[in-house]
Amino acid sequence: MVRFSFAGVELAALVPGALGWPARRALLVADLHLEKASFYAAGGQMLPPYDTAATLRDLAALIESTDAREVWCLGDSFHDAKGCERLADDARALLRGLTARTQWTWISGNHDVAAVRLADHCGGHVVDEAEVDGLLLRHEADPCETRPELSGHFHPKLRLSLRGRNVARRCFVATATKLILPAFGALTGGLDAGHPVIRAAIAGRPAEALIPLADRLLRFPIAA
Amino acid sequence: MSDLTPILDQWFAGRGWTPRRHQLAMLDAARAGMSALLVAPTGAGKTLAGFLPSLVELVEQPTDGLHTLYVSPLKALAVDIQRNLMTPIEEMGLPIRVETRTGDTSSDKKARQRIKPPQMLLTTPESLSLLLSYPDSAEMFASLRTIVIDEVHAFAPSKRGDLLSLCMARLQRLAPDMRRVALSATVADPTLYRGWLSGDGDLDSVALVEGDAGADPDIAILLPLGRVPWAGHSGRYAAEQVMQQITAHTTSIIFCNTRSLAELIFQDLWAVNEQHLPIGIHHGSLDREARERAEGAMADGRLRALVATASLDLGVDWGNVDLVVQMGAPKGSSRLLQRIGRANHRLDEPSKALIVPGNRFEYLEAQAALDAVEAGERDPDIFRPGALDVLAQHIMALAAAAPFTRDAMLAEIREAAPYSTLPEETFDRVLGFVATGGYALRAYDKYQRIVEGPDGLWRVAHPRFIAQHRLNAGIIVEAAMLTVRFRNGRSLGRVEEGFAASLSPKDTFFFSGLSLEVEGVKGEDLFVRATSRPARIPTYGGSRMPISTNLADRVRHFLHEPEQWPRFPPDVREWLEAQRDRSILPAPDRLLVETFPREGRHYMVVYSFEGWNAHQSLGMLVTRRMETAGLQPIGFVASDYAIATYSLKPVTDPAALFSPDILDNEFVEWVQESSLLKRAFREVAVIGGLVERQHPGKRKTGRQVSFSTDLIYDVLRRYEPEHLLLEAAWEDAKARMTDVGRLGRLLDTAADRIEHVDLERVSPLAVPVLVLIGREKVAAGTADDALLIEAEALVAEAMGGAAAPASPN
Repeated sequence: MVRFSFAGVELAALVPGALGWPARRALLVADLHLEKASFYAAGGQMLPPYDTAATLRDLAALIESTDAREVWCLGDSFHDAKGCERLADDARALLRGLTARTQWTWISGNHDVAAVRLADHCGGHVVDEAEVDGLLLRHEADPCETRPELSGHFHPKLRLSLRGRNVARRCFVATATKLILPAFGALTGGLDAGHPVIRAAIAGRPAEALIPLADRLLRFPIAA
Repeated sequence: MSDLTPILDQWFAGRGWTPRRHQLAMLDAARAGMSALLVAPTGAGKTLAGFLPSLVELVEQPTDGLHTLYVSPLKALAVDIQRNLMTPIEEMGLPIRVETRTGDTSSDKKARQRIKPPQMLLTTPESLSLLLSYPDSAEMFASLRTIVIDEVHAFAPSKRGDLLSLCMARLQRLAPDMRRVALSATVADPTLYRGWLSGDGDLDSVALVEGDAGADPDIAILLPLGRVPWAGHSGRYAAEQVMQQITAHTTSIIFCNTRSLAELIFQDLWAVNEQHLPIGIHHGSLDREARERAEGAMADGRLRALVATASLDLGVDWGNVDLVVQMGAPKGSSRLLQRIGRANHRLDEPSKALIVPGNRFEYLEAQAALDAVEAGERDPDIFRPGALDVLAQHIMALAAAAPFTRDAMLAEIREAAPYSTLPEETFDRVLGFVATGGYALRAYDKYQRIVEGPDGLWRVAHPRFIAQHRLNAGIIVEAAMLTVRFRNGRSLGRVEEGFAASLSPKDTFFFSGLSLEVEGVKGEDLFVRATSRPARIPTYGGSRMPISTNLADRVRHFLHEPEQWPRFPPDVREWLEAQRDRSILPAPDRLLVETFPREGRHYMVVYSFEGWNAHQSLGMLVTRRMETAGLQPIGFVASDYAIATYSLKPVTDPAALFSPDILDNEFVEWVQESSLLKRAFREVAVIGGLVERQHPGKRKTGRQVSFSTDLIYDVLRRYEPEHLLLEAAWEDAKARMTDVGRLGRLLDTAADRIEHVDLERVSPLAVPVLVLIGREKVAAGTADDALLIEAEALVAEAMGGAAAPASPN
């Protein structure tokens, strides 16, 4: 865990691509895309039915290791509106256990905005967005927003190549007032941190890609 | 007098020809109702020999339905077929309709072909498989009498061969009288091909027809000024001499071993092309239009030379080529012959070829290839059990055509040679995979693609799965590619996404014979502009063609047999003599390992001659062992002939590094961590139908909407490591990417064969290997984290310290 300061708040970038908020004992994750594989299976592409289990297991381990009291999921927690209905029994039990143990908030994303019964199936409560201790929590960054804002949606990933090798890693994208989280889901792909749609979301402001390692936080300026 | 019908007799006579012995032998086989394998050199009239029995049958007993199916590995059939089939048919005025069907055929024409098929249909394995997915295929193929497989050596021992073999098993059910005919270049063991062709292994049902040998080819090794360089592997130093040869001949093909070398050599030739002779370039990454333009120009005799890669190894024949130049090592005798066969299509005249070795080992390899060609020795073909991803695709195709029972399907599958010993249990797993993905966690039973009914028949659950199959079927899976384009939209060809990712704006690279500067990437396009600045080389993924085992054996013998040396040029001779004086020259069955210090590092050079792929794998594994042993390895380089490692501490006991248990321990671990297995998994996932292909131009904007097979691989490996597709990927990675067969042979016997020589300084034999250091990029064992940290530091430095690393607290 590596702590850093964002808009005057001390946060911690966690290696699996999650954000800790030590002062609140809160954990923030974005874009779990639970039940993505079963969504595709229904369409004929039989992706391994283990993505929900993998994502929840990683999330449970993180809640455990950070001793989080609050969990904020920044949208697209399920891959589609019916995803929460498809949960297998053991995954549902695990998730309900987690939402019962913590103060759990689902922020709606574009994929799961129509999941009206999400809280019935999984526990926790659903909001469109939230303001917490001066930080706005929402799914997709608003380029016009001037207040400090935490969001997800874009699945940022840094790709670089050095000495003939290519490395791609999930990353945070940070400006002075915006922090975009990487996707947390096991089957979620990535979008280049310097992609025009991400640049548009941060209104073209100077930005860095942040990659947490176990003991340090790497910062890469994103080319203007 | 031949056994041809009068009209064919007259046609041969009218041309002043007599049918060749093997052409008549093919006819005899047909009249006896037998299948046949024709093995003959290029230029022997093979294609006509394959079609001749069908022409005779259609003259004697005209039928309206589909009579003959011709399958070729290439889409570009036009030129050959025009010459060997259409022309005779037209000249004899035969009422025979001949049509092609490939991925490029219009959908109108395809639909018409299914209703009213021509008597002769020319196609590829993939298009045939698609045809068999239609319910009306049973009627369409009922009248089929013959399937003719051209260039069978090029694809029988591969996944496309697996698919074709499965298709033949189905065709035989639809048309029990169908004869199987295959045409092949000269191969090491025709029996293997007869077995493959028969399906059921009944060799007696397949007549072997051998063509007459042509005139011996006239092959020479080109040595500018009689010298062979110490190092290099492309023959680039000989550009001027090659240019002289181009000038002295009518039309030449200049074969290069990789696409990037082809680009470089094309540049080198232009630099010395003072007469501005028309020279073209041809390789698999170029735009199809560009390739077709080059092919057309060659066919019309408008080019004096074409720089090419394996993309020209097959099929396309131009009568006017009178010289073939092989730049760099030939790698194998069959491959060399195949390439030489591109020159001079007249059997009675020798084909002319030149080999330009890139270094002294390559000289020995070139000489070995010459000797092997003279001795009539061919490279061995390796047939392996049929791939399971191909089987899955085939089962889906057949399900789309008609309902089937499990037992009948299994019996039919086993009539395809690569699957003749398929275990029942494996078949059931494949069937389960097609139905639900085959997961131990039976989560997808409600989404089944094919369902077994109470009547025991398997049926496709919904028509959309049939459409999905037809859209995604196919055996060739390319790496994700970006199109190289000018601003005005003109496309030059494609490069791998990984290569494109390593480029930044203003970087330069050679492509399509041009020096290009990167402007940027947008969507699936890499925008460039022409530049006069010198360029980097494009790198293309994929394993390299390794030196064949028979050439490697010959090179081993050269080293140990001084009586051979007088025919080598003086500098090669001196090189070997100096090695004999300063170190040793090992016997062919021994494994020489040299160790010596140099400039503060300790080197170990292993002369194992097992080819580049096996050596690359071994280098990774051995440096890991050295790491564990505390020898502080820095890196290694591999060539076709040897591996060199360098470390801070000396290797004193090489035998400990080369024990066979490396295959059980480190090998498995390494392959699972490496990108090899992920690359293999991507291929089996697409072929097996787990994920849909990304069709060019149809990818949605932004990559987050598509999922990566790497992520699927990670999840699957974590939760179901025994899954069918992981098994299939593992088989592929072992066979094709790491050359595990040769690696295993090496390691199994290494301990008994090692001759370790500890030297005070570098040996002559080691020089060609060591000079590769610094040219090949090797990041052995470097973790991604370390690379990221280094990248951050570099970026910070370049940005003037603006991005200092955050300090942990």
